[in-house]
Amino acid sequence: MSMPYYVAPEQVMKDRADYARKGIARGRSLIGVIYTGGILLCAENPSRSLHKISEIYDRIAFAGVGKYNEFDQLRVAGVRHADTKGYAYSRDDVDARSLANLYASYLGQVFTHEMKPMEVEIVVAELGRASTPNQLFHILYDGTVMDEDSYSIVGGDSDAISSRFAAVYRKDMNLKEVLAAAVGALAGPERKLTPNELEVAVMDESNGRRTFRRISGKPLEELLG
Amino acid sequence: MSLPLFGPINDPGPSFMQTLKQMGQSPFDLEAIVKGGILEVPHGTTIVTFKYRDGVIMAGDRRATEGNFIAHRRMEKVFAADRFSAVAIAGAAGPAVEMVKLFQTQLEHYEKVEGVVLSLEGKANQLGQMIRANLPMAMQGLAVVPLFAGWDLIRETGRIFAFDITGGRYEEVAFQTTGSGGRDAKGVIKAGLMKENPLDLDAAARLAVSALVEAAEEDSATGGPDVARGIYPIVASVSARGFEYVPEETIASISSEVFSSRRGIGGGQ
Repeated sequence: MSMPYYVAPEQVMKDRADYARKGIARGRSLIGVIYTGGILLCAENPSRSLHKISEIYDRIAFAGVGKYNEFDQLRVAGVRHADTKGYAYSRDDVDARSLANLYASYLGQVFTHEMKPMEVEIVVAELGRASTPNQLFHILYDGTVMDEDSYSIVGGDSDAISSRFAAVYRKDMNLKEVLAAAVGALAGPERKLTPNELEVAVMDESNGRRTFRRISGKPLEELLG
Repeated sequence: MSLPLFGPINDPGPSFMQTLKQMGQSPFDLEAIVKGGILEVPHGTTIVTFKYRDGVIMAGDRRATEGNFIAHRRMEKVFAADRFSAVAIAGAAGPAVEMVKLFQTQLEHYEKVEGVVLSLEGKANQLGQMIRANLPMAMQGLAVVPLFAGWDLIRETGRIFAFDITGGRYEEVAFQTTGSGGRDAKGVIKAGLMKENPLDLDAAARLAVSALVEAAEEDSATGGPDVARGIYPIVASVSARGFEYVPEETIASISSEVFSSRRGIGGGQ
């Protein structure tokens, strides 16, 4: 008669984490960064239609790496949460912190209870107002939340990208400078990324109530030029 | 609150109304709040919309009435539904304002979930469905009759849609009015629109204000420009540039011109 194997809980968690990390490492990375006029989200993404970066609400954006269908499901849930909350209460009551907490508890729940963890790593960014700061929440596959005050880098090669980006980043950079730094860090020393391989969006005050704005085509070329 | 996640079988898709329904928050679930009775609630009144050279104009007065009382003097009845469309409301003020809020959220929700903007006709149909969902309330006197107009990005033209309380949707060729002063306003619009010589924005704003002034003259439930309080009708245009309000100062000066130049208004009777 066969006996069920005992597997130590530490081992179970480690295996799941390895599984999730492997899945995330297969995809390209992205950077979310605060600059003088707003927040930039920049991803390496050759697809024009399968977005990694999206609008959630007036001042909240979402960026995800890993398995597309999994982070897209989280994105849509975020839009539904934000729109329902804004409809029931007020547009001012929709904040990134509560959304980040919801994502974290859901990812944590899936990580410990489901067959497989979600192979995603996400960033929830919120453009601050005069009285509130800009915020970046970095959420891992197991529900770990990190509140970052200048930039977040998620995806497979994040350690290397992070050290490249940290070497050039300054808090007082404008959009053009910060975009150049982000693209340089994502590409690394041996490659050069063209505008077609990038997905770029910003949240700033120039766009009215809905602060999220994609930058692509000609304006992106000019900004990179 | 938990993360609103749905399985593939019961996913509400890009419909915000369906999402609200599945979360038990639909505004249309208030079943028979006033069985058998007719409520006296504030009503909004005259709305006009017509095509001009660059798109469409939408304008509305500011008065809400409760029977023969004036309930509000500064009510806004013309709203941006999204960047390229406008919605204006006549009827019971409470449900109408709520419907506009729901409609605005629905359009933005669709755009964010799907990643593309609804077509103008799609937006009009969505509004029709909301009016139909409101039918039980309409039967109790809380009817909402909006006008919808916008810039069709596919056909590159302005279009106007009118509705009845059952949600029936009717596309108009050149103009439409609604509300208790609508008939008076319609005469002015009809007389002012020239087939061969489309109005520019300035002339269109003038015609809209004239129509509303005329309606206010004849209909007690429509408020005309109130110079003493500085309350003026709201006029907005939707063109290839998107939704834009005509500035209040412009409306104020047009209003005083209309008052001083037209014999029938101010000087007549």
